[in-house]
Amino acid sequence: MRRDVFQAIADPTRRAILCLLAAQTMTPNAIASHFGSSRQAVSKHIQILLECELLAQEQQGREMYYHINPGKMQEVDKWLAQFRALLEKRFSQLDEVLTKIKSDKK
Amino acid sequence: MMNFTVDKENRKIKVDREFAAPSDMVWAAWTQSELLDQWWAPKPWKARTKSMDFRDGGYWLYAMVGPQGEEHWARADFSGIVNGREFSVHDAFCDPEGVINESMPRSNWHNRFENKGASTVVHIEIRFENLKDLEGIIEMGFKEGFTAGLENLDQYLAAQLND
Repeated sequence: MRRDVFQAIADPTRRAILCLLAAQTMTPNAIASHFGSSRQAVSKHIQILLECELLAQEQQGREMYYHINPGKMQEVDKWLAQFRALLEKRFSQLDEVLTKIKSDKK
Repeated sequence: MMNFTVDKENRKIKVDREFAAPSDMVWAAWTQSELLDQWWAPKPWKARTKSMDFRDGGYWLYAMVGPQGEEHWARADFSGIVNGREFSVHDAFCDPEGVINESMPRSNWHNRFENKGASTVVHIEIRFENLKDLEGIIEMGFKEGFTAGLENLDQYLAAQLND
């Protein structure tokens, strides 16, 4: 399956899982207890979040714990910041062009 | 002033940008290739138009040309044109003949022009098919040209003012 962060966070259950884990690390059972859906359904959502690297897992004794991978979330923001800067540059160039057109018309 | 908001859940970016020119002038700058060529590519890259057919179902075929002469071909397919008011663009990377490269990222732009008399606000909604597309678009050569461009931006602006 294709790893895609936007697709991962487009699902309300997965967003809720990320919110839960923002505050603490949790076992899959603890996560599932917050949802009406089956443990199996929740574990599928966790799997997708793991594949997108939005979550990381850590074995502690017999239990598996999940936590948020903040680096991946920052990557998303970094891309967006770059795109924003691209638009800002492009539009400041358009400002120049418009200034030129206006002065040519005078 | 540019307003930039991200709606990650819907994979949408909303941008509002005011330009200090009347709306017919801003509309022309967004829809006429000889004007687009002057601002669409982040310097030191240049946009070079091969063909322009601004009507529903038509497209703008152009190359982004880098400082070393490297070329990235792109096309922008137009739809929903309401003259002077709004239009939509589906962009794509392609070859020099305009044959779309399906493996490359695409995005949808909806541009609405708000007439404020002496100025114009352009309201833009950009929708990416997914985040990989956004990443790809940034990495597709723009990044380099654009980072270099930013470093020169002050110089560039100063030179423009002295002209």
